[in-house]
This record gives sequence, C-alpha cells and structure tokens, in this order.
Amino acid sequence: MQAFTLILVLAVLTVVGFRMGRGRAVAVVGGETRKLHSLPSYHGMYVALWCAVPSFVLFGLWMLFESSIATQLTLANLPPQALQGPDGQPLSEARIGLLLNDIRNTATGNIAGSSDAIVQQAAQYYNGIRATGDWLLTAAALSLAVLGAGFGWKRVSADLRARNDVEMAVKIFMIVCSTIAVFTTIGIILSLLFESLRFFSRVSPVEFLFGTHWSPQISIRADQVGSSGGFGAIPLFAGTMLISFIAMMVAVPIGLLSAIYMAEYAPRKVRSVVKPLLEILAGIPTVVYGFFAALTVAPFFRDSGQLFGLSISSESAIAAGIVMGIMIIPFVSSLSDDVITAVPNAMREGSYGLGATKSETIKRVILPAALPGVVGGILLAVSRAIGETMIVVMAAGLAANLTANPFEAVTTVTVQIVTLLVGDQEFDSPKTLAAFALGLVLFVVTLVLNVIALHVVRKYREQYE
Amino acid sequence: MAPNTPNAYDPAAAVAAEGRTVNRNIAEIVNSGLAARYRAERRFKVYGVVAIGVALAMLATLFVTIFAQGWTAFTTTVIELPVTVEREMVANAQGEVTTDSLAYANFAVPMRKALEAQFPDVTGRSDKRDLYAILSDGATYRLQNMIRENPELVGREILLEAPVAADFDLLAKGQVDTSVPETERRLNDNQVAWFQTLQERDLVDSQFNTILFTNGDSRQPELAGIWGAVVGSFYTLLVTLALSFPIGVAAAVYLEEFAPKNKWTDLIEVNINNLAAVPSIVFGLLGLAVFLQVFGLPRSAPLVGGLVLTLMTLPTIIIASRAALKSVPPSIREAALGVGASKLQMITHHVLPLAMPGMLTGTIIGMAQALGETAPLLMIGMVAFVVDIPGGPMDPATVLPVQIFLWADSPERAFVARTSAAIMVLLAFLVVMNALAVILRKKFERRW
Repeated sequence: MQAFTLILVLAVLTVVGFRMGRGRAVAVVGGETRKLHSLPSYHGMYVALWCAVPSFVLFGLWMLFESSIATQLTLANLPPQALQGPDGQPLSEARIGLLLNDIRNTATGNIAGSSDAIVQQAAQYYNGIRATGDWLLTAAALSLAVLGAGFGWKRVSADLRARNDVEMAVKIFMIVCSTIAVFTTIGIILSLLFESLRFFSRVSPVEFLFGTHWSPQISIRADQVGSSGGFGAIPLFAGTMLISFIAMMVAVPIGLLSAIYMAEYAPRKVRSVVKPLLEILAGIPTVVYGFFAALTVAPFFRDSGQLFGLSISSESAIAAGIVMGIMIIPFVSSLSDDVITAVPNAMREGSYGLGATKSETIKRVILPAALPGVVGGILLAVSRAIGETMIVVMAAGLAANLTANPFEAVTTVTVQIVTLLVGDQEFDSPKTLAAFALGLVLFVVTLVLNVIALHVVRKYREQYE
Repeated sequence: MAPNTPNAYDPAAAVAAEGRTVNRNIAEIVNSGLAARYRAERRFKVYGVVAIGVALAMLATLFVTIFAQGWTAFTTTVIELPVTVEREMVANAQGEVTTDSLAYANFAVPMRKALEAQFPDVTGRSDKRDLYAILSDGATYRLQNMIRENPELVGREILLEAPVAADFDLLAKGQVDTSVPETERRLNDNQVAWFQTLQERDLVDSQFNTILFTNGDSRQPELAGIWGAVVGSFYTLLVTLALSFPIGVAAAVYLEEFAPKNKWTDLIEVNINNLAAVPSIVFGLLGLAVFLQVFGLPRSAPLVGGLVLTLMTLPTIIIASRAALKSVPPSIREAALGVGASKLQMITHHVLPLAMPGMLTGTIIGMAQALGETAPLLMIGMVAFVVDIPGGPMDPATVLPVQIFLWADSPERAFVARTSAAIMVLLAFLVVMNALAVILRKKFERRW
C-alpha cells in the first residue's frame, strides 16, 4: 500500500507543480500573458513534467529491480554454512532457490514460514532491507520530484519555449509507445531463442525435430520406468496437423459457402441478421469452446461410436477438431466475404450477359478472381488453428500418439506447452525448457504462415482499376 | 433465283439454311441443358443455406447445452432445520459467552444434533456419519455467523436455512439417477431415503444461490463461487486498460499523424500486424520468461496478467485507433493549422475528440478479447487455487475464464452446472461490453 500512497503523493505534487508553473508564468510578465512565448498552461505542464517524469521513472525502475536486489543482498549476507549441504558441498541452485523461498515466506509471515534460526535471521535481514529500501525510495522519489519541479519552476520566464519543449516530450512519449510493438517482437524472439538454446544444449535439435518418441517426464532415479525422457516432437506436430486438418475440413466448406451465400444471394435483411450471428462465434472465449468440446461433443462421439461398434476415445482428435472448426468458421467467412464483395460488379454483369447463371458466375468468374484473398484467409485460419490452445487443452489428450486416426487421442504442441509449464517445477530442467523450444516452433510456423498469406494476397491480387 | 429449283446450287440460301440449323442447334443445346443448369443453381444455393444453417445450429447447440446445464446452478437447496445452540457448547470455562469462546466453539455439534433430532432412529457410527454428510460445511459457518452477530440466540431454537452438500443438491434437482445400483452412485439408499423424508416433511427448500456470486473458489462445489475470479478479472482488466489505452492511442497518433514514411515506420507497421496474429500462448511464454524470470514480479498476480494482456491487445487498439484517425477528414486538420494551432494542438483539440468514439470502440473490443483470454494467463501462474478474494493487483488471483477452466477440469459432478453458470456470467459480461461498443459506434459515428 505504501507504493500506492507514494504514487498518490507524486500525483499531487505534479498537480501542484502545474499550478505553480502556470502561476509563475503569469506573475513573471505581470499578468500580460501576450508577452509570454507560450500559453501559461504550457509553462504549468513544463513544470509538471519536470516534477513527474524523473520521479516516476525512478519509481518504475525500482519496482522492477527491488526484489531481485533485495534477494541478492540477502544471499550475500547469509552465513557461509547456510549455503553448504551437510556434507560440506555447496548447495545446488535449486536448493538455494528453495532456501530463498523459505526466507521470503518467513519474511512475509506466511504459514509456511520456517523455524530455522538462520532462515529467521535472514528473513529479518530481508525485511530490514525491504523497509530501508522503501524509505530510501520514498525519500529519493519525493526529493527528485521537488527538485525537478523547482528546476522547472526556476526556468519559467517570458522567453521560455515551454510549448515546444512540452510538445517534444509528448512526441518522444508517442515514439516510445509506437516502438513497443517492435520491442514485444524482439522480446518474444529473444526469450524463446535463449531458452530454446539452453534446451538444445541438452537435447540435440535433430532429436527434437525428427524424433518420434515424446515423454518429457524425467525421473529422479535412472532405473525408474519411463526415465528415458524422450524429446522427439514429431508426434506433437502430427497431432497438431491432424486436429488443424479436421478443423479446416469443417471451417473451410462451411465458412466459404456461407460467405458466398451472404455476399451473392442473401437479401439485405437476412444478411444483416445472420452476419452478426455468425460473428458471435468469433467472440465466444475459447475456454467456452473447450468446455463444450469436452463435455458435450466428445461424449457424443464416444457414444455414437459405441453404437456402431467403433471405439472412439473420449479425448478423440475429431471432437477437438470439429469444435475448433466451429470457432474458425467466422474467421474464414468474414475474410472470404470481404474479398468476394471486393470483386467488381462489371465482372458479374459480363458473365450474366453471356448467359451464365448465378452459380456459374460464382464458380467460373468470382471465385477465381477472389482466390488469392480466399487462400490468404484460409492460411491465416490455419495459423490460428495451430496456435489455438484452450480447446485442445480441455478436449484433446496428453498422450503423444503418432496416428492419423481421428478417433484416437492425440496431443498437440500447445497442449504440451501448457502441461509442461503449469504447476510448480524448477525452471532449468529440460522439461520446462522444452516448452520454450515448442513455443519457438509454434511462433516460427505461425509467422511463416502469416507472411505467406500476406504475400499471396499482395502478389496475386487482381487489380481492377 | 427461282426458289422452286431446289436442286440448283444456291450459296446464299445454303448459308441461310445452315445458319438456321446452327441457330436452332444452339438454342436446342442451351434449352436441353437449361433444366440441369437451373438444378445446379438451386443446389448451389441450397449448399449456402445449409452451410449457414449448420453454423447457426452449432451456435444454438452451444448456447442451449450451456444454458440447460447452467441455470440449475443459480438455485441451491437448503434444509430449514430447527437448531438449538446450548449454552454449555459455546461458553468458556467461566460459563460466559464471549467473542473468544464463540471463536473456539465447535458449531458442527449442534448442527449434527439437529439432524439427529429429525431421525431419532438412526444409530451406529457409520449411519450417523452418512446422515451428517447431508449438510454442507457451509451450514456450520452460517450458524456460527448467526450466533456471532447475535449472541442472544444462544440457548434458543433457531430455524436455520442450512445449505446441503453438493450431492444432495443434485438429488433435490433430480439430477441423480436413483435407479442405478447403490454401489455405483455417491449416495447410498439410506441417504436418499432420509433426504426424501426431509422433503416429505417440507423442510427442503430451494433458494437463489448467493454463494455462487459472493464466494471465492472452494474444493466443495456448494461453497465455490466466482466472486474471487470476477475481482481478479477486474484488476487484470484495470491494469490492461490503464496501460493499453494510452499507449495504443499514442502509438496510433504517432504512426498516423507524425511518422515519416520510411523503413523504420514500415517495420513498426509490419510488427503490429504480425503481433495481431501471434498465438496467445506465445505471449504467455514471453510473460513467463521476461516478467517473472527477468524482473522477478510475483506469480499469479493480476499485475503481470495485465501486462501480458496489454501486449496482446495493443495491436487491436492501435489498428482500430488508426482507422478512426484516418476517418477524420483532412479539412479539419487544415482548418486548425490555418488558424495557427501547433500540430499537437490540432490533434488534441480537434482530431482526437472526433476520433475518440472509434478509438473507444476498438478499446472495448480489445478489452472483451482480453476478458476471455485464458492460455497466456495459465503460463504466468494465474491457474493457482485461490480461495481469498484478491485485495489488489499484486495479490495472487485467478480470472473468470481460468476459473471456468479449473472447474471444468474438476472431477466433481456438481461443478458441471457451476462451470456453465460461470460461463453464462462471462458471456453476459462480453455481451454488455460488445453492446456498449455497438451503441458507441451507432451513436457517435459520423459520416463526413
């Protein structure tokens, strides 16, 4: 709560700075504001910026690094015997992590606190650092705010180009904001790449990309059953492709045909009702689809399979695939609708003039003209299907089967990422790092699909001008 | 040329005759194929209708199954049980009833006694245990709260509306098939019979399920609620909105109004479009690696969830805001510049107010997406079992879609209805947000 109070105080200081700056600007010229270079409110904003920016930057940096600094200091202050095991060996990184967790829990007074004297001491030290740190931060941020405001206030004069400076600050802020997208991409690539490299230093990329055995559970003892820890991701890729294929088998015909009907046949009234209805499908959260797939569609397929003497797994690929297809229908239909309506009327009329029926016109003239856009839309839909997570997590299986039978359970890349990372485990094991390698594959594949889709749309688009 | 000499060669007549036959042949060919072509036309049209019908039927199935399962969770079953809390049960050693002695008293005992009073003939340890199982732990809490608020009630007979355990709730709602063999269901014959006796005595009542809307998560279905998840979602969205709206608008203004056309702005644009298509789970991996690992922010906190969702919704907001800025006609800008406004004044005084409805619409749609997002939040640990209602963006919390995921995974049957109910609440929020966006667009949209 202290942080919140500090923010509030800083905000109040900023407002005070604004009023003081504006007041001083008016006072400097004796009330004749036309003598000022900038309007008084710009002088106010100038002072406010000097007050707020340095102190908030300090505050933000502190928030980001406070806990890691405090942890490092605590670690450095631990007595040397605390970092050694009973046998005098230095503790492994994982054990140190546990110890630190213990200290932090004790420090915050959680139930899980330890009664060990060393931990108690360290916790006190940790709390001490945090408390001193908080006071330091408060003092530093407040003095920075006051100093900044004072500096700005001093500079206020008739000739100060306050408007230009304020506008420059705003412009810099806007530039920083617009680069966030770039930094996000860089962040994604770097974080995936670094963790993947760590993974590939333990498991060879060839085994990962071309191996057919996936069992990421690594046992504690070497002689345990299933201790091999296979990281061949081919079954995951196959499962992902199988489910995406089923989804596209549902989404492409339904989406494309409904788009054609809506664009070419449907009366305006029908269109204005049906189109938003179809778009509801896109607005439903994926977790709802997952629930629907797991509790309604999958049992339906299992039971109807029993009726025909088929054994259909209750986590069958077909249930997840069909529900995913339903989710993607509006994606395909709205993109196709756009490109079909973009085909110029002259082409339709030319075809009608030659005596073609409506469906012949659509099949022979409109679809070929719209094909690049449709293909682009379908590729985007495929990338969407590959990256979809919740439906498969809830409705597809966990076992990595290498099969093309849609009635069996398969697992996908996204399912494995979730199962590898949900729950508590150390961050260093190949098991968790494998999730990042899978994430990298997922990112690259979807990126390539998107790039191809954009390229197809741009390159093969017919120009009608 | 005499027409009555057919044997004589007449090129013009031959051509005319030929032409006629060709004409007739084309007409015949066209006519003979026409019926088939019209059939194909009708077939094609029917395909379209069928496709739309299938899609809408699936939408309808989805809603019907969820509503059919979900509406039962909005009521809960209670037993109106006369309970007497004896003085000696809650008093301290001095025989006084104080706040302290109430805190240490075991209120399960009077609850059990009240049940036994209904069925005096039930004896034996295991039978009694089965009998006690009718009541939820929530009944004890309710009694405890009543006595704490009003200690005068000690020693008197109270008519307590005691919530029943989830399995009996299902029984009361007719969702337990009592015809299957006793060993295959969770309630034995005795329990079913006792409950029916209670029903015959008119003690069983159905109430609106306030617990569902006021409690946090719980392992016991009858005590589990969505309020904790709703509050978690609120804080997460608050962080998302506070970050993504200003950043998105600023980025859009820069790209649309200031940015020079060069490689760098092209790169930014390509990046924004690509980020919009990156799978959401990848953002979760980013959050895990950067926010949790590098910056050491707490796991399961709405703050981190909000940061991740900000990165996810930014492309949506930027794209929508740029479209809104584009729709403001250049004459407005020129007029502002013409009377001496600086570029930033032109934007803040004239362009932004005109583009704001479009920007807000895009923001609301982005927020609706963020509200329904699950996968990236699983990565940053918002999937933890959190009982307490979070008090701020740094407290461990879960969000509504993750709560749905957790409940859907739970083996307890009574969670199915609650999951559906939670989905209905989530969908209601989404409907409200999207309706807001539509209204905003309809009301403030200007055509120039």
